[in-house]
Amino acid sequence: MLLSLAGTVAQASPAPSAPTVLRWGGDAEGGAPFVEADPKDPAKVRGFDVEVAEAIARGLNREALFVQVAFASIDASVERGDFDIGLSGVEDTPARRARLAATIPYFEFREVLTVRSGDRDRYRRLEDLRGRRVGTLGATIAYEALLAAKGRVGILPISYDDDVHPYSDLAEGRLDAVLLDHIIAARSIRRVPGLVIQPEPVAAGGYIGVLAKGNMALRDAIDAILADRMRDGTLERIYRRWNIWDDSQAAFFQRVLSRRAAGAIPAAAAPAPESSLSAALRYIPSLLRAAAITLALSCAAMALAVLLGIGIAAGRIYGGLLLRGALTGYVELVRGTPLLLQLFVLYYGLSAVVRLPAFAAALLGLGLNYAAYESEIYRSALEAVSRVQLEAARTLGLTEWLILRLVRGPQAFRLALAPMTNDFVALLKDSSLVSVITVVELTKQTAIFATNIGSWVLPGILCAAIYLAMSLPLSRLARRLERRWSAAS
Amino acid sequence: MKELLRVEELRLSRAGREVLRGIDLSVRQGELCALMGLSGSGKTTVLRAVVALESFQAGRIAVDGFALSAGPLPPESRLRPLRRKVGMVFQAHALFEHLTALENVLLAPVQVLGHAPAEAEARARALLDSLGVGGRAAARPRELSGGEAQRVAIARALAMDPPLLLMDEPTASLDPARRGSLGDALKMLAGQGRGLLVATHDTDFARDCADRVVILAEGVVAEEGPPAILENPSHPATRALLQHRSPHSPPSRRP
Repeated sequence: MLLSLAGTVAQASPAPSAPTVLRWGGDAEGGAPFVEADPKDPAKVRGFDVEVAEAIARGLNREALFVQVAFASIDASVERGDFDIGLSGVEDTPARRARLAATIPYFEFREVLTVRSGDRDRYRRLEDLRGRRVGTLGATIAYEALLAAKGRVGILPISYDDDVHPYSDLAEGRLDAVLLDHIIAARSIRRVPGLVIQPEPVAAGGYIGVLAKGNMALRDAIDAILADRMRDGTLERIYRRWNIWDDSQAAFFQRVLSRRAAGAIPAAAAPAPESSLSAALRYIPSLLRAAAITLALSCAAMALAVLLGIGIAAGRIYGGLLLRGALTGYVELVRGTPLLLQLFVLYYGLSAVVRLPAFAAALLGLGLNYAAYESEIYRSALEAVSRVQLEAARTLGLTEWLILRLVRGPQAFRLALAPMTNDFVALLKDSSLVSVITVVELTKQTAIFATNIGSWVLPGILCAAIYLAMSLPLSRLARRLERRWSAAS
Repeated sequence: MKELLRVEELRLSRAGREVLRGIDLSVRQGELCALMGLSGSGKTTVLRAVVALESFQAGRIAVDGFALSAGPLPPESRLRPLRRKVGMVFQAHALFEHLTALENVLLAPVQVLGHAPAEAEARARALLDSLGVGGRAAARPRELSGGEAQRVAIARALAMDPPLLLMDEPTASLDPARRGSLGDALKMLAGQGRGLLVATHDTDFARDCADRVVILAEGVVAEEGPPAILENPSHPATRALLQHRSPHSPPSRRP
């Protein structure tokens, strides 16, 4: 999706001599005050990051052109040249600096703990949250801080794909605290009642712009512009307009400018980036653990899908008109809507009525979804058993139940076995969708890994290898069963 | 001898077409009755109505004291006594594909009659032996020849020990030698006091084996009597049947 800013008429043809636009990437789903769709004209975006981007573009004598990109993909996207600079609450981390050309930080954020008002005195610092569930956005400094605290003080970090649901889950009791940037926290407690922010920050950091490594010249030009805008008060005016200015920003600007004058690396001294291989070794245990979650979730969801699917198929063949209609409606509803939507509704939509734990919601969502598909397999398999056999069974005096159990069911089962196995392989892969409801399974763990080391190559290969190790034997089994039973019928 | 089957004024329509237009028919104990007619004359439909696989619009059917009346089929629970009184051997034998020959024969005695498996198995093996397919007990239906499958299907029906046995075109898939031995087996069954109603268009089989012949044409009984009527047909339908006497003429397939 590409939201273009008003005033941008001509698509920039990248003339190397004098580019006329500055393409900048951000995530409008991040919302105010960073980047949000303008309520008055949703085709436009607004926010302090939007104004910072515009200030930079003005300094370069270019026009700012907004490119929508998922927050987690900003680094990879700028690296492959989708836009010139990524700028959307991007955190200053050593891994990022090692991999990309990063600007000087232009805003200081503080990681703060948000808790329910009633827990104000109980959970003041991370150390107070031993054994408690603490949520944050995945693949962020806050998440790293939580992972570190997991070992140190025994909290349970919960990773989210967005920064809205941690706060609603906190209000509903699924979490006991949320650790996130102070402007996100301030925005969220206005939206969700009953929450308070603990004053003492857990950590601090800066937002930076990121450019591709080969784009150093543009980065240096942008650094100069940002430094000028700090000095001339432009950034302060932008931050004041968005109510995110405070005295600490002024001090932060001073530190950034003096470090820049001294020629030092503008961030906290970066440790030498570790090699991919040692990073891989460090991540393999967590990938295997995530694979175990994927496997356990898939097996349990498949078992549920098989049981429900048999029930639905039997109901649609043997049931009365009303039951048949209801079951057909269910199957069509489930098959006609995205699994992602179903998971959201189950976990977040129903949370006012029933507050399912994430794993249970994932299991239920996948199980209910696949039950619809399984039921269609069973229904056609049951109907494939020749009618004359069923009539013969009736003339022998077998009851309908005995016929289903002893004649129709066993033959249908053989017909269904191969397509069922194929579905199980599909389920194994679809289980990656449950990361949207905070279950960290194999794909999510891989994404965290990739963000951390700043490359998808090794994590991608490892992840694919693990999926294949799980699915290839199943596919082979399906083919064997298919051959065996198709020869049999 | 006791009457096992009486069909009176049976009328049956399917999809708006009258297939049976007033059939009267009876079968006694120890009698092998051949129900004959060209394809489409309604033979199979009569059998299906008698075993309550198909409803009929008018008339009465009584099987050894169990009465079926016109109108929608009663629920299977009400048909239980009927199921004990009449067995059916389908033309396409309809064996359970996932079970061996022996298991096909065993299934109903164990599940419906509640016989002990060991005892039922001994009986099933004896039945298969008596029909000449004892050696094929472990084979699955797809491994059986047409004749063998036919015999296993007969054994399966006989395992429930019904007084009346219906068969649909039992000789359709058999060569002449096997037809003869099947005829002997059926005569033996009649000799045990069972009643047999066999739908067939095989005139040789009827002449050799039947005690009585009923000839259907266009949904009514055209002619009825001892097999001798086949030698000297008085009705055009019987003459037509004799012209088609080749045992290899394609059997009618019913729905």
